Order: sequence, then C-alpha cells, then structure tokens
Amino acid sequence: MTHFVDRRLNPKGKSLGNRQRFLRRARTQIREAVQKSLKDSAVADLAKDRKIKISTRGTKEPRFRLDPRAAGERDFVLPGNREFDTGDEIKKPRAGEDGGSGKQAADSGESEDDFEFTMTQDEVLDIFFEDLALPNLVRTTLKETPNNAWRRAGITTTGSPNQINLVRTMRAAQGRRLALRRPKLADIGALEAALEAAEREVAEGRGDAAQIASLKEQIARALAKRKWVGFIDPVDVRFNAFTEQPVPTSKAVMFCLMDVSGSMGEREKDLAKRFYMLLHLFLRRRYEKVDVVFIRHTHDAQEVDEQEFFYSRQSGGTIVSTALDKMLEIQRARYATADWNIYAAQASDGYTQTGDARHCVDLLNGEIMPLCQYYAYIEILDEREMEVFASEDSGAELWRAYRTVAELWENFATKRIARPADIFPVFHELFRKTEAAQ
Amino acid sequence: MSGLLFTGSEWDFPTLDRAYAAIEKIALEDLGLDVYPNQIEIISSEQMLDAYSSLAMPLMYNHWSFGKLFAREEAMYRAGYSALAYEIVINSSPCISYLLEENTMTMQALVMAHAAFGHNHFFKNNYLFRQWTNAESILDYLAFAKRYVAACEERYGRDEVEATLDAAHALMDQGVFRYRRPPRPSKERVLEKHRLRMAHEESAYNELWRTLPAGIETSAAPPVPDPDDEFEPDARLPEENLLYFLEKNSPALKPWQRETLRIVRNLAQYFYPQRQLKVMNEGCATFVHYTIMNTLYDRGLIDEGAWLEFVHSHTSVVFQPEFGDKRYYGINPYALGYAMMDDIKRIAEAPTDEDREWFPGLAGSGDAFAALRYAWANYRDESFIEQYLSPKLMRDFRFFSLFDKADHGAYRVGAIHNERGYREVRRNLARQYDTSGDPNIQVAGANLKGNRTLMLEHRMNRGVPLHNGAKEMVLAHVEFLWGHDVKLEEVAG
Repeated sequence: MTHFVDRRLNPKGKSLGNRQRFLRRARTQIREAVQKSLKDSAVADLAKDRKIKISTRGTKEPRFRLDPRAAGERDFVLPGNREFDTGDEIKKPRAGEDGGSGKQAADSGESEDDFEFTMTQDEVLDIFFEDLALPNLVRTTLKETPNNAWRRAGITTTGSPNQINLVRTMRAAQGRRLALRRPKLADIGALEAALEAAEREVAEGRGDAAQIASLKEQIARALAKRKWVGFIDPVDVRFNAFTEQPVPTSKAVMFCLMDVSGSMGEREKDLAKRFYMLLHLFLRRRYEKVDVVFIRHTHDAQEVDEQEFFYSRQSGGTIVSTALDKMLEIQRARYATADWNIYAAQASDGYTQTGDARHCVDLLNGEIMPLCQYYAYIEILDEREMEVFASEDSGAELWRAYRTVAELWENFATKRIARPADIFPVFHELFRKTEAAQ
Repeated sequence: MSGLLFTGSEWDFPTLDRAYAAIEKIALEDLGLDVYPNQIEIISSEQMLDAYSSLAMPLMYNHWSFGKLFAREEAMYRAGYSALAYEIVINSSPCISYLLEENTMTMQALVMAHAAFGHNHFFKNNYLFRQWTNAESILDYLAFAKRYVAACEERYGRDEVEATLDAAHALMDQGVFRYRRPPRPSKERVLEKHRLRMAHEESAYNELWRTLPAGIETSAAPPVPDPDDEFEPDARLPEENLLYFLEKNSPALKPWQRETLRIVRNLAQYFYPQRQLKVMNEGCATFVHYTIMNTLYDRGLIDEGAWLEFVHSHTSVVFQPEFGDKRYYGINPYALGYAMMDDIKRIAEAPTDEDREWFPGLAGSGDAFAALRYAWANYRDESFIEQYLSPKLMRDFRFFSLFDKADHGAYRVGAIHNERGYREVRRNLARQYDTSGDPNIQVAGANLKGNRTLMLEHRMNRGVPLHNGAKEMVLAHVEFLWGHDVKLEEVAG
C-alpha cells in the first residue's frame, strides 16, 4: 500500500466559488471601499491588485454566546501566577481597554473588526466598470491581456517531438559519427571482400591463416563499433525553440488637460480623474508603452506631476488656450508623431475668458487635431446645470466653440457629464473603432 | 555506511517512504498504537489556505462565510502575521493528513509522526470519536452535501440557499445532541429504503433521459422526503438540538431546507467531539511525535541537525505564555496536553511520594504507554484533567483560579497552586473544558395550535446571560427558520 499522494498539481482556486459568494455578500461595503481606494490611487495604477479594507457589517456570523460581563458569576483558571494568594483582588480592565491582562476576557466574544484583504485586478475593474456603466463588450476588451506571438529563438536540445529540426539533428549526428569514426558499411564490405579473398587463397593453399583471424577480428570490431556509435543518437536531436514575445505595438502619450481654477471642486476633480483613468486603461491595453502628461491651467498652463494635478489649487483667471499651447510645446519637444500616438483628454467646467474660445478652435483645427488620434473633451456640470443645458446646442462659449470642432473632426468627442455613468459615452467612438477592427 | 534516514532539509518521495516506514515501526511496535490506514497528501501553501477556509475538510459545500475566512487568512498570511499550519489531519478512514510542500524533511517526519500516528491513533481509539463520528463515511457524506447544496442553488436560487445556510450556521452550536445519539435507522430499514428507491427509479425510467448530457447528477436532485424517516410525531421536550427540532417540526420549511438543516446539523455533530478533545488530541499527538523523533535520534536514524530543528519546533509549539503576556491567548492545548502526557509517563515510571498519594493506581505502574493508551481511549478533556492533572503540573504552570462576579469591580483570587488549592484549581480548570461553557439553550415548547410561537429557554449557569446583540441576531435567524414568532426566556438553571 502506498501512503503518499502528490496533490500539488491539483487545480487551484478550490475556494473561488466561496470567494465570489463572499464578494457578492459584502458588495455594498466593498464598493465603498474600492471607490475610496480608487480616489487615492494614481491614474496609471487602476489595473492592479489592491488591498481593500471593509467593515464586517453585513457579513456577520452571529452565534449565541455568553456575556459574563453583564451579570452572573464564574470561575476561571489562568496560568502564570507570580504574586497572588487566595483572597487577593485584581482590578478588572475597563471595557474598551482590553488586553490589560492578556486576553483573559476572550470568551466574552471575539471582536469582529474591519478586515483587510486583497482584491485582484479583475475584481476591482468589475466594480470600477459597474459605476461607469460600461457595456459588456467593452469590459472584456479592456480586461483582455495583450496578445503575445511565438517567435523563433534558435535551437535547443530539449523540446517536444513535433518541433524536431531534422536538418540540424542530422547534421549533429553526422558530426558525431565523424568524430567517433563510425565504420561505414562500405569499409566493412571491403573488409569482408578481403576476408573472402583471403579465405579463398587459404583454400587454395597459399594464404596466411593469421590474416584471416585478423580480418575477422577487424570485422567484428567494426560491427560492434557501428552498434555503439549509433547512426543517430538521442544527443543529436535538436528542436526548434520558440519564445513568447509581446506583439510590438507602438507607443502612446496621453495628455491630461484640466482647468484647476477655483470653480473646479472635489467632485469635479473626482469625475475628471475617472475619465482619465478610463482613457489610460484603454490606451494601456492597446499600446505597449503609455506616457501620461498632466497639464493644468488657470490663466497660465504648467506641466505638473499627478499629485499636484489632482490635489493642489491655484487661483487665477481661466484661459484654456494656454493649455493647448503648452501641449503643443511638449509634443514638439518630446513626442514626435512618427513614434507616438497622441491622445488628449480635457476636463473643464466650461468657462474661459471671452474671446479665448475662438483662439482654442483655431489651435485645434489648425495644429492639434491633425496630430491627435483622439481628443476627448468633458464638461463637468452639476446636476442642476445638466437640466438647464438639456440640449446639446445651448451652452457656454467654450462648449459652443468645441461643437464646431466636433463637426469637422470625427475623432473629436465632447460630452457634458454630471455622474460617473456619463463618462463612457465620451469614448464611444474610440471603443466602437476597436470593436470594428476586431 | 550511515544509517541515517535523511540528511539536509530537502525531501523527495523515496525519503518520505523510508521515514514513514521507520516511524511506523516505532509507533506500532514501541508505542503500541492502533491506527486507521494512512493517506498522506502533499499540498502547496495555497491549497493549505483552501483547506483552512473550508473547516479543514477536503470537500465542503459553497458558502460565502468560507470565502470570508479565506480572504482573512490569506491577508494574514501574506502580511506575515500568521504562519501556515504544518499539517491538517482529517478524522476519516483512511486518515488523510496534509503535508505542506515547503516543509523541510525534518518537519515532514515530525508531521507524519504527529498527524499520521498521533492524531490518527486518537481518532480511532477515543470513545467520543468512536461513539459520535463515522470515520468511514464522512467524506462520502460531504460529497453528497456539496452536490446537494449546489443542486439546490441551481433550482431554488442562491439567495434562498444562502439565507437558509446563514440561519443554520448561526445555530450550529445548538445543533448537536450532547447526551444521546440521534436515532439511527436499523440496517433493515436502510436496505428496505434502498430497495424502494431502486423500485422507484425502475418505474420512473424513461428512455428519453438517457439523452441527458453526461455529468448531470440525477442523484443530487432533492429527494422526496420520507415522512416516516426518523420522525417523532410528538417531539420530546425539552429538546437541546435546535436544528433537529426545526428540521422535524418547523411549519415554514420546504423539504430541501430541512435537508440543508440536516447537513449542517450532521457537520456540527461531526465536529462536536473535537471541541471536547482539544487538549487530549493535541497532547496525544505531540507526545507521540516527541517520543518518535527522540527514538529516531537515539537509534541513529536522524542526525543532530534534524534533531535540533525538531526540538526548536517542538518547544515553540508547546510554549505557554503567562496570563499577563502580550502573547497570551488562553491556555495552549498543545502545552497543557503534552505536559500532562509527559507527566503521566513520569508518574508511571518515576513517581514521587506526592504522586503515590494522588495517583495510587498509576504511580510506579511501570508501563507508561499502556497507561497513556488507556487514558487516550477513555477520557475527554474535562474528565481527563479532573483525573490526571497532578499538583506538580499545577505548580509548573502556576495555575490559579479567579472568581468573577459581573457587578464586582475586581476579580477575586480563589484557589492557587498550593496544598489547599490543588483540588479547586483542578476542578475549575476541568470545568473550563466542559461544554457546559456553551449556552444551554432548549426548546421549551411550541404553540402549534394557536399563534405558533416557538418558546426557547436559556438555562443560565450561575446567572450568566446571553450576549444581547448576538442574541437578537441569532433569534432573527431562528424566526426565519420557524416562520413565526420566537421567544427566548432566560431562566436560572
């Protein structure tokens, strides 16, 4: 009877079903936690495993248990007495100050605090997408891992039989046969002919018997050698090797433009952030390398890091065209169109200095749009304004101006948003294209 | 040539085999153990976590609470707060032990001695396990439970099944028979039922069903309930097993819910002895591995390095922090259990005068292993401590007893480890391991003709009431299962 079973190769994730049930059960808490966690994380960090801390509200597992603190009496035994004698008194730790004397009150119920666990990238994205109301097809497109292609990577000595490289195998075998001096059949034939001749001579009574013996021995040795120096040997076998390599895709740069003047509050910035996250996620799936450039502007534009982009404030007027100028300047200096696909995402509350909108349109039509793969503009309103501007045609100066650009360029998208679910339609064109391409 | 079984920390299957044979020889010949056949499985750390989160069983139905446990354990493990157990052992026949692949060879040997022989012997011989659990059938039963719950989820929806399981889990502690075995159908009844089922299948056979895709388990379909099946027309009251009572008498439950309650109840019953035998079970296994590893070393089968590694691991397992220590989490069952086993050996082989006075039958009897085997077979934690805890151990552990009255601002020290206090400390400690520490809740009656209120009764032990918040939540679950009002009264027991 054998006693050992190797289970290591059994399929993993036996508790996956339980995990899904748990995530579903704690859905509300997990959603809150994920949203909070997304708020605090970088745009490019969306698709990563992350730690989530949730409260156990809703996932409590109550059992009847005793509460000796409430009433009644009991005796219990502890180890480690150093100082006490019968009749001594020990002050009880006050409630909330647990642990004054170890965990002796443990039986009054383990506390189920918040607890932390890790959610995988897919689980986080599911929740992120749910808020954004992404269509299912888009969800799968985004989650898809990039394709890899198999490429030749020389020759190896190990592999599967269907990858045998016959030419190289035979070449190796020949080299070995030469090096080890494997007797050829012709050589043996010659020896056998010589033997036959010698035997004939002996039969005729004039040959040398010793020569026959020597020839026989030579033949035997040659035959033996043919046996152990095989025509082909396992060491000769060569295989074609392949390695997996990502399909080369070109690089992309994503310009995030945002108005940071006083009118952009916490809510507006959070919406804008989700907008950038989604675009970044999309780009990351399509391109091997994605750079993100943050440009903020008031009456003057600056390139800043992400932290400053989302969290610092500046006062001043609002001149949108400065940001466009800045973007062009950076693009010219660092992102040549030959190497980079250029995407731009602009978020604003729709106000700019009078007359500046005209300038923006000129810049866009004349210089920026010919460079860009896609340009998405969102105008962040609150719910009340959303009702006022129900029609696409009415709006502030910048909105009306951008509408004219959108009519000219297919890859220019504009949208007013007030809720996370409004964001996705901005990218509608973008995603439709990839669907069509597939 | 050295007689060592292994050197270094790497292991492979031939080495495991050799070590197993050597350990088996010592266990059976020197210690006289009697074990179920062993099946030892090597698993990865992730599979160990999996096993953790399904109550350490190889099979389990799906429920979110197991997912929660897994998420928590995994976070703790990844953060480095807790190490994984070296082994898990399942009370079944064959006795399945899991070894973690990351263990060193020394640890594998230790774990084999501990689980495959120590625990295994205990499972097979202790009277509680023999009386209450069917080691041969538990895995089959779990397979059935898993299929059944899955089939119910498919047919009645996940939410329904989840609500039922939630409620049943809340009553798991009240779902065991403490004093009597549930009525079992006689052998003839079982055979007769089987014959009837076959007859039914025959009469219900339909050629068309053969075209069902393979893999559909017809046996998992919820069976038609048999009204005679263990049914007691007049439930005997009071009834301590709430799940049993609800399963048989609740007016609100559908047949599949009753079966689900029964599954949870059977599981609770299966685990019930383990809760009463923590100290003895671990003590027995720890004592066995300690003896076996030392014998291996004495016979030159393992080297000093392995022996030191074993001693290091052994001492950390049986470490008992004192009550004021930050690491104190109650009395360590490994520490107390092992100390008691070792102490019995000492008393049997080299007793002092004090031992002769306290244990006249045992002291100096000579055959320590026979005495231990007797204790392992015939006691549970409570009676074992009451019978075998010696004054020397109480002094070693520095046990002392505290009296706690809820409305009093301080604990009063009762007995301590001295001549006057030994018996009281021992009695109090033994009682701590008695399941009377669980709330004693009984079904007192049900108004079946009128408004169908279910009356529960908590018989308080020395006036300690139920935790109020928890009580309300559990009662909500009971109401769900009963379908009508439920009242719980707390009475002095």
